[in-house]
Amino acid sequence: MTDAALPRRQPFALRFPSVMIFLTILALFTVGVTVLSEGFGIGVISTSFIKTLGKTLCLCLVALAMDLVWGYCGILSLGHMAFFGLGGYAIGMWLMYARTEIIVLESLSAAALPPTPQEVSDGIATQIFGVVGSSEFPPIWAFAHSLPLQLAAVVLVPGLLALIFGWLAFRSRVTGVYLSILTQAMTLALSLHLFQNDSGLRGNNGLSGLQNLPGMGDTPQSIVSLWFFWASALALALGYLLCAWIVSGKFGSVIRAIRDDEARVRFLGYPVEAFKLVIFTLTAVIAGIAGALYYPQAGIVNPAEIAPIASIYLAVWVAIGGRGRLYGAVIGAAFVSLVSTWFTGGQAPDINLGFYTISWVDWWTVLLGLSFVCVTLFAPKGIGGLVDILIDRKSPNRHGADLGPDHGALREQEAEK
Amino acid sequence: MSTLLEVSGVSVSFDGFKAINNLSFQIADRELRAVIGPNGAGKTTFMDIITGKTKPDEGRVIYGDKSVSLLKMSESKIAQAGVGRKFQRPTVFEDQSVFDNLMMALKKTRGPLAVLFFKQTQEDSDKVADLAEQIGLSGALHRKSGELSHGQKQWLEIGMLLAQDPRLLLVDEPAAGMTPAEREHTTDILREAAKTRAVVVVEHDMEFVRRLNCKVTVLHEGSVLAEGSLDHVTKNEQVIEVYLGR
Repeated sequence: MTDAALPRRQPFALRFPSVMIFLTILALFTVGVTVLSEGFGIGVISTSFIKTLGKTLCLCLVALAMDLVWGYCGILSLGHMAFFGLGGYAIGMWLMYARTEIIVLESLSAAALPPTPQEVSDGIATQIFGVVGSSEFPPIWAFAHSLPLQLAAVVLVPGLLALIFGWLAFRSRVTGVYLSILTQAMTLALSLHLFQNDSGLRGNNGLSGLQNLPGMGDTPQSIVSLWFFWASALALALGYLLCAWIVSGKFGSVIRAIRDDEARVRFLGYPVEAFKLVIFTLTAVIAGIAGALYYPQAGIVNPAEIAPIASIYLAVWVAIGGRGRLYGAVIGAAFVSLVSTWFTGGQAPDINLGFYTISWVDWWTVLLGLSFVCVTLFAPKGIGGLVDILIDRKSPNRHGADLGPDHGALREQEAEK
Repeated sequence: MSTLLEVSGVSVSFDGFKAINNLSFQIADRELRAVIGPNGAGKTTFMDIITGKTKPDEGRVIYGDKSVSLLKMSESKIAQAGVGRKFQRPTVFEDQSVFDNLMMALKKTRGPLAVLFFKQTQEDSDKVADLAEQIGLSGALHRKSGELSHGQKQWLEIGMLLAQDPRLLLVDEPAAGMTPAEREHTTDILREAAKTRAVVVVEHDMEFVRRLNCKVTVLHEGSVLAEGSLDHVTKNEQVIEVYLGR
């Protein structure tokens, strides 16, 4: 029985052709968009659309994280957009601080005496926190002057929050819908906290002006947008490779087993809680990185981004794209968020019914909700399921018979088809 | 033979109902034991207690050479200590191949990081192939286990238990839903397994127990009613009354 080992001896790329196909498509897409961009000179694609595409890539990355935690490990977390938002806040603090510092230094340089560090610091604080009626730096801004430290925060803040939250939740064996509710509570609490003016992050104003890179004032947005677009594409490619590596090995086997029958995995001797915690924390970190790339392209991050509904959308994308397969998550996030941009951007033509005009800006969420229900009911594999049809990977026809052990399992002849 | 597992004075009640009542039980290393009893005798709860799924209200469960108490350990720690369990319903991971199921069960370090950086060697896949041979699934290694027949799933689960290489094997109704030929094969596998480890088989089917040809413990209302050879316990008046007489 040596042939048992054979299929696993092949190189990674051959065993998982979808990874190579995905990376090729992503590379072609990146090159194509770059060539057609304004920054490159042709200008078929506007700078704002480059930003939309770059943001979409970040959403694909966070959808990958969602697929890993939900589609593979079975933890329906409705709080991953909170980690995404935290990543955005972490990088936003540096962007805002550093840019304001430049402005303040410029304005103070006109004075007769060179400004003291205290004056500079006060100037920056007044600029940033004037909107919330404060002129002092809250303690959480202690590292805002340092890019490396804030970059570390992009990873550490979501990671630590997920670690602590996950440890408390998984240790108490909270599962299923109860865990989903807990994650919703976490994201709601976080967003409500951030809405307060004294949260130290400018309340509902959020952090703004993030599209301007400090010290790069001369570089036009058409170029900056391309940098972020490339960075997002690179992050997505690396994230995809990481996820593919995780789910392809024994670890992937174990987390899928946890999804299907947690108790049984425990009796195999695997510490289920530790596995869940690793996946939950890792995906929170991926979400944080995605957020840190997203918000400089969006230009603004505010507490509304962390609202519970955002995380529910994330689950909807993954469900529509097809959970339990990585490309499904990417397709879902890209498709739904781009279509959503089209509908809510006022580009979709309104439908005049005579007595009522369907305005897509309002009706888009209804359409999205309906398609979610339809996918759940009629196409549980989502858009990714189309790939199965294309490559003719059929699920065995069970003639409607139950797969469960009590009604007799599938016969061999049926399975071989 | 030294004692591998000692359960003494264990009681557990659910909402006032005493599922296990002052139960004491011992099994030696490399012993095959059948546990029988009518429905509701507490057979499954007894297994739940040993494997850590249910915590008893009182009593002791001592296991192994170092006589550790299993009561303070989590399910996964108990499994790592060498207690394997097969459920009544075959519970294999239907979405994954027979190979992956067996590979997951293979005795290895169970921590998340060790699993993440796990590299499968030729030795590992040979072991899996050997196991598949034993349980008659060599030809089905790359089929999804959800496609297997009921009996094959039962075997796969037994194979997964053997892959864990436990010192104590708890088997709940292994022959349920099997054809006579499959039952015979299962008896062979269990008897073979008991040569190197302790095996406790919970079974309803007397014919199956007779074929196992081992010491029998009769449970009734959560405690041990009789213990001895099958002929001995079937002659016991009380046993006839509560079990066989019906």
